[in-house]
Amino acid sequence: MARLTIADLQARAAAPKPAPDKPVIRVGMSTCGLAAGAEPVFNALTEEAAARKVELRVARTGCAGMCSMEPLVEVQVPGQAAVMFGEVTPEFARSIIAAMAAGKPLPAESRAPSIAQLARIAGEPVGTGDEPIQYRIVMRNCGVIDPEEIDEYMDRGGYQSLAKVLSTMSPEDVIEEMKTAGLRGRGGAGFPAWLKWKLTRESVGDEHIIVCNGDEGDPGAYMDRSVLEGDPHAVLEGMLIGGYVIGAKQGYFYIRAEYPLAIQRIEKALRQARANGLLGNNILGTDFSFNVEVRLGAGAFVCGEETALIASLEGKRGTPTPRPPYPSVKGLWGQPTMINNVESLANISQIMLHGAEWFSKIGVGRSSGTKVFAVTGQVKHAGLVEIPMGVTLRQVVEGICGGSASDTPIKAVQTGGPSGGLIPASELDTPITYEDLIKLGSFMGSGGMIVMDENDDIVELSKFYLKFCVEESCGKCAPCRIGGTQMLRVLTKIADGNGTEADIATIRRLARAMQKASLCGLGQGAPNPVLSALRYFEPEFRGRLASGKN
Amino acid sequence: MILATINGLPVEVPAGSTVLQAARQVAVHIPTLCKHPDLDATAACGICIVRVGGSNKMLRACCTPVESGMDITTEDPEIIHVRRTVLEMIMSKHPNECLTCGRNQNCELQTLAADFGIRNVDLDNIVPDLPLDDTTKAIVLDPRKCITCGRCIQVCQQIQDVWALSFVERGIDTRIAPAGDITLAESPCVRCGQCSAHCPTGAIVEYDNTQEVWDNLLDPDMFCVAQLAPAVRVAIGEAFGFPVGTNLTGKSYAALRRMGFNAVFDTNFGADLTIMEEATEFVKRYTTEGSVLPLITTCCPSWVDFMEKFHSDMIPNFSSCKSPQAMVGALAKTYYAEKMGLDPAKVYVVSFMPCTAKKFEIIRSKEMASSGQWDVDASLTTRELARMIKQSGINFHAVKEEQPDQMLGAYTGAGTIFGATGGVMEAALRTAYNFITGSNPTRVEFQATRGLEGIKEGSVNIAGNEVRFAVAHGLGNVETLLTRVREARDAGTEPPYHFIEVMACDGGCVGGGGQPYGVTDGLRAKRAAGLYQDDQSGLWRCSHDNPYIQAVYRDFLGEPGGEKSHHLLHTSYTARPTYKR
Repeated sequence: MARLTIADLQARAAAPKPAPDKPVIRVGMSTCGLAAGAEPVFNALTEEAAARKVELRVARTGCAGMCSMEPLVEVQVPGQAAVMFGEVTPEFARSIIAAMAAGKPLPAESRAPSIAQLARIAGEPVGTGDEPIQYRIVMRNCGVIDPEEIDEYMDRGGYQSLAKVLSTMSPEDVIEEMKTAGLRGRGGAGFPAWLKWKLTRESVGDEHIIVCNGDEGDPGAYMDRSVLEGDPHAVLEGMLIGGYVIGAKQGYFYIRAEYPLAIQRIEKALRQARANGLLGNNILGTDFSFNVEVRLGAGAFVCGEETALIASLEGKRGTPTPRPPYPSVKGLWGQPTMINNVESLANISQIMLHGAEWFSKIGVGRSSGTKVFAVTGQVKHAGLVEIPMGVTLRQVVEGICGGSASDTPIKAVQTGGPSGGLIPASELDTPITYEDLIKLGSFMGSGGMIVMDENDDIVELSKFYLKFCVEESCGKCAPCRIGGTQMLRVLTKIADGNGTEADIATIRRLARAMQKASLCGLGQGAPNPVLSALRYFEPEFRGRLASGKN
Repeated sequence: MILATINGLPVEVPAGSTVLQAARQVAVHIPTLCKHPDLDATAACGICIVRVGGSNKMLRACCTPVESGMDITTEDPEIIHVRRTVLEMIMSKHPNECLTCGRNQNCELQTLAADFGIRNVDLDNIVPDLPLDDTTKAIVLDPRKCITCGRCIQVCQQIQDVWALSFVERGIDTRIAPAGDITLAESPCVRCGQCSAHCPTGAIVEYDNTQEVWDNLLDPDMFCVAQLAPAVRVAIGEAFGFPVGTNLTGKSYAALRRMGFNAVFDTNFGADLTIMEEATEFVKRYTTEGSVLPLITTCCPSWVDFMEKFHSDMIPNFSSCKSPQAMVGALAKTYYAEKMGLDPAKVYVVSFMPCTAKKFEIIRSKEMASSGQWDVDASLTTRELARMIKQSGINFHAVKEEQPDQMLGAYTGAGTIFGATGGVMEAALRTAYNFITGSNPTRVEFQATRGLEGIKEGSVNIAGNEVRFAVAHGLGNVETLLTRVREARDAGTEPPYHFIEVMACDGGCVGGGGQPYGVTDGLRAKRAAGLYQDDQSGLWRCSHDNPYIQAVYRDFLGEPGGEKSHHLLHTSYTARPTYKR
């Protein structure tokens, strides 16, 4: 394949998009789709189309977000609105082809909302009438393109942002643009991305390194996996721009080994990018040279923490080290290292392409842009949602996700993963921003959102989260290692109906020591789910005490 | 310099200083269980938390650099409350076995628990049931007592470059063990005992041999012989409240006699003998065209073990001399036994060493039984000696100084400085100078060999030729020197040095793994100063001037490097596998 230049990409952007000449059927084949049985559906579609000699293309695509309705199949007939089918079986898939072969209308059953009905898409014209709540910047191509075809990415404006940056912007310009945009780290803590980029760029070292943190591990969270699987080039393009800005020649994707499909797709994307002159020496014919390697995480949650991630990348035991020095000053191999989350990087190309002004107007206040959540638990439509920040929890839970899956009312929502907290139903009108969630005793986190109804047991739930942290504690520092274990023992005692008043005090005392004296976020945050449960649902704990038993 | 305040007190520190360092400067004590002055902060215990400004967060003093204008609070009710809770957490996973622990009354965790007045730990005791590892018979690892501070791993990996110890498992199951969860004896462990010297609790201690010594002292058929290593005399006092570095040679002799030893010798005599043999070996190599140089010293058993495991290509450079304690042992059961009409099988030799590795050295090969029996029967550390003195009811402050027994007791200043890094080199140079020129150097002090710099280099002009030497201590410093030697060897060029001394422990034997706890560079320097003082005040300062050394050659050994010497005083080396599994 030819190595592309800036001019090639500019020409591609200017050229009119060829209209599709035959129907395209897209099958959601990310992990969620495959788990629901997308592979036999895909095979049924291709076999049936061949058997009936129907002229069409069956394509793979990523996660469209409606994971509870997988396998999803979208039929796009030229000149018509796309039709989405959910929970498709191979038999039903054959009936779709049969209808098309017979020139009949598409089946009316098993319909699901199309992506256009679900969300606005960054860079696409705004429709008329009621705008959907969702706004897809990060997920703009998920469920839309074949993630294994670089051409499909480029047909939707892919690598135009890189071309623009390399041909018209200095690293300082990019940082300035990022500052105006106000993008904050999407891994959880919300550190301003522009500042991280600036600090790393200004650090002195033999070389600068950029790392994409794909060690997503919060229970119920799979946003990053879906983006890596559904639109790997978008993450790579963000990394290329970041590499250019900090003066890096080397980047690493650190992806947990439990994400084989994400790894496979990123590796394929890297091969395609190399073949097209988008990676390697003299990218797009410029002076910018940059290489990327993939490294796998070995299953430790704590390796999502920056310093532990670096240790793991270096082949050492994955345990956190004190900060300072921050990775931006002294990171991988002692060199200035910028670690960005998958979702953060997936935003970059869109900010550069559509401008900081555009981005900063999405969201609210200091929480600009969108946030992707993996909404699971007791909702009708579990899946991925991407919303402009400032949207309320209720809009997500009851609006987008259809509210309680049962007749039982929603009781609480958990955000922020094992370092986050429970938010009671009474607070559902809270807007989703970094600051508002912290006020409630939870935090943004990476995007896990677990919805509970009145049948869910809060004590058991806090135990679940604490147990997760106890099992994932690296064991390095005493407050986390021992404090977590002891707290879990006390909590189990309460859950088993053997607790006393003093045990609740002990939990609070241990929690304070863990929060104040643990070295890293895992230990500091581990008591949060229990503390927030106590804050809003203390009577449930008291009701379980030995003295409270009837 | 950076200006900040600690508890309202102004403090000025160099850039990069931690809060912990700054606090010391203004006499503020911040408790910690994991930070050791020798080592980088591991940030493992969470005890040293402080507050900056009015912040709600707490930071670890051990690893937080002082920034300009920082307003640091080291104590407030909440800080103390959190510290106490963390301490209780640690205690909940630590066995309540203080009374039977090797660190009883000398334990950093115990001290902190006492300071905080912990009377009761509400939390369940969750000590796991894990086996002891005493496979090395030199150090004993009890993972139940470990608070996973990581000091031992740091010293084993970063300072000693041995990498025997690591963390295994994770979370609450995290424990220290050789990588792969093998035993220490199967691991690359060189038994230097630096892990035990740095451990804040009783998780790693020396293997205790005191009982077998008591048993032999009780046995009327046994003729018990003691020998005292150079570095022990300037450290033993720390166990009795003497100022650090006080030379207690005469009191130690007296104490050993009161314990029941029939003869009390000095390893320093063995050191003089080592110098006779080693200087002879050096001069022979130095003056014979085509000999393998540099010659490398072999007094240190951990270094020998390390070399055999990691650097066996250097075996041709190794001095074949046994260590001083081995020489004294060999002569006690031959020369001395013959003279005294003793049955060597009934002579029981105990060496008191600053070292845990000596426990292994005495049985490391058949050559350690050159007398027909094991030349040394038991090797005890300074810490064990202190306990034996206390058990004997000896008032170590009041006991009068005594002299050693003759034949293997008297020593020179050259022998005594063996206990400090560079001492063997300095002593050897004094005698080599004499062997080459026929007279002693006008100044016997070779300052370039002294001090705590990790690698020391110098040269001395002997008969118009520059003898280039290097001294390394702390095994982590060895690689640099050996790389230089190998590069020259492989290039076929002149070696960078003629003579190299290596001691495994930082500071040499004064900082040995069997010495009293709490070692820092300040202590190492004071202990070494005690030895240099002993050297300066001695009657003889060169090993060859020791009349008892002259006598042993005249009456028994013949010439240095001669046949009898070779049989009794020399050994050989062999490449050994790093891992035994």
